Amino acid sequence: MNQRDLRLPSRLLLALLAAAVLGWVAYKGAQNGAQFVTVSLNGITLAALYFVVAAGFTLIFGLMRVVNMAHGSLYLLAGYLAFTTQQSWFGVSSNLLFGHTVSVSSWIVPLVFATVVIGVVGVAMQQVLLRWNQGQDLRQALITIALSVILADQMLAHFGGIAQSIQQPTSWPNSVPVLGTHYGFFRLVIVVGAALVIGALLWAVIRRTRFGMIIRAGVDDRAMVSALGINVQVVFAGAFLIGALLAGFGGVLGGTMIAVQPGADAKFLLNSLIVVIIGGMGSLGGAAIGSLALGLVNAYADVYLTFGSTDLTNYSILLTFILVVVMLAVRPLGLFGRPA
Amino acid sequence: MTPARALTWTSVGLLLLVCALAPSIFTAYWLSQILTKALWLGIAAVSLIFLSRYGGMISLAQVGLYAIAGFTMANLGTAFGGHHLGWNAWAAAGAGVAAATIFGLLFGAIASRSYGIYFLMITLALSVIVFYFFGQVTSLSGYGGIRDVATPDLVGNPITHPEGLYYVSLVASVLIFAGIRYVARTPFGLALQGIRDDPARMRALGYNVALHRTLAFGVGAFIAGIAGILSVWYQTQVSPGGVGIGQTINVLVIAVIGGLYWLEGAWIGALLFTVLDNYSRTWLPTAGAWLGPERFETLLGVVFLLIVLLSPGGLVGIWNGLRRRLVRVLGPPRGAQRDLGPEPAEGP
Repeated sequence: MNQRDLRLPSRLLLALLAAAVLGWVAYKGAQNGAQFVTVSLNGITLAALYFVVAAGFTLIFGLMRVVNMAHGSLYLLAGYLAFTTQQSWFGVSSNLLFGHTVSVSSWIVPLVFATVVIGVVGVAMQQVLLRWNQGQDLRQALITIALSVILADQMLAHFGGIAQSIQQPTSWPNSVPVLGTHYGFFRLVIVVGAALVIGALLWAVIRRTRFGMIIRAGVDDRAMVSALGINVQVVFAGAFLIGALLAGFGGVLGGTMIAVQPGADAKFLLNSLIVVIIGGMGSLGGAAIGSLALGLVNAYADVYLTFGSTDLTNYSILLTFILVVVMLAVRPLGLFGRPA
Repeated sequence: MTPARALTWTSVGLLLLVCALAPSIFTAYWLSQILTKALWLGIAAVSLIFLSRYGGMISLAQVGLYAIAGFTMANLGTAFGGHHLGWNAWAAAGAGVAAATIFGLLFGAIASRSYGIYFLMITLALSVIVFYFFGQVTSLSGYGGIRDVATPDLVGNPITHPEGLYYVSLVASVLIFAGIRYVARTPFGLALQGIRDDPARMRALGYNVALHRTLAFGVGAFIAGIAGILSVWYQTQVSPGGVGIGQTINVLVIAVIGGLYWLEGAWIGALLFTVLDNYSRTWLPTAGAWLGPERFETLLGVVFLLIVLLSPGGLVGIWNGLRRRLVRVLGPPRGAQRDLGPEPAEGP
């Protein structure tokens, strides 16, 4: 059968599916407005976190064709580093007693420290293990998988298996009023704010600076950029640094917003994979849309998957699956993906 | 028959003889903890190697598929937890393999238009989604796992009588190995290899590339399903924790150690894996929190890293490299040049 013959019916089907999903969310939302606001904000704040992490993943892939399977491990390692430094340098206890204060600097310093260390680890990884395998994308993926196995086990050995949380500064408010309800200050202001700032910064760097111009050229034609006398290796190292910094930054945000615990590495690797499968590898805008789609689907599916007395919220992961399937059926390379 | 061929057949015969007599040669512990486990892990790995060697597809969905087979069987058959519908053990096993094959065809259809590293990522995402699905849907996974899954009489109790499951796994391994070699020679197998080498040309010749890749994925899922059934019989239980990303990586490591492109490598890699898994806990030295008897995963990761860095062809690659060097020193042997399989793929 011709691909083109399939296109129209499949698009119609998709439009119907989208309409049904939107209709259901609108119906559920109309029943309880405050809940709808909270659930939507859950989705948006999750999406913001996914975006920070996945932007680094997609940037590294877009330029170097390296699928960094250790991206989730870098994310989790940053969380543990920040958690440990917050405890040992600032004496912040993980189970906060009433009246115990956490200063702003005792959150910012671990954040900066962990992010920078992860940036260095990422560049070291690229320079020592990946640089000389340039172009062998399968081998590079296997190398990063091996690293993720080692890192996961070592983190378990050094930080234990219990879920921990990085404490946010006590001077920050717990919640802010939004549209007639209250929502967590850290998630809404800090995480979403950070995602917006990072998105804008990355956009500006990639679209407006010389470095960004080189990156864009490198994505399209690495050999030509190199032939023009630009040191591609430095650009690669720079891109890997930014990608790892984003994983590290996201790890501290996630460790404060959710938790640092074993398994978070696999979870955020999966999230990053799905975000780029939806958005297209190497595209920043795609990462933003993919994160939003994944975050909202996760949030709505966790709450709205009830039909009368039948509770199907257990099956919420299936909606993620459907999201991936639909996207791959329509666009095998994702929304903004281009063939390698 | 040329002398080289005679030698090959003699060694194959000897190997089969040793395998057949293994229950009287090895202790029950070795038989069960090392050999039987290596056999079913090898089947899981060979499902991956089949796809990579003949289809050029590195799939990380094999553990997800074998989980589907295992959970289907455990829910249909007799067990503690889950739905335990009480089907005959063979019927439940058959249904499990069928379920894995159907989902394999579905997953294959989803991923078949993607190549290389994209294919790897999509299949990994699918496998992890299966893991989260069974973790969430406790009515199917029996709140942390389904225990005491009944085995057929032929297998018996795998703990008190390990020989039954050993022979079943051995026969399954031999049949799957021979079956894959057969499929590779059929028109379907040849077309698949053509697609691996040049999808654009095969499309131009009129082959339905996506359909061939989807069907191949279904065959891989069928094999993975058998591994899933054997793994449940072996452990007498199935739980979401046992089919997570860790096991996905274990199967990938086994396939890579074996060489990713050699069918035999699957079982060699699995044997090395189970030996390491069993004995590293006794001889691994303790070095602070970094290394110790509990740090098998670290050891595995390091072995994996070394293999990928030093010999992408795995153990079989090392062996073939040695043989090539030997041939260069001694001069080519008399008789036809033997096919050593495709070179390890180096990316575009």
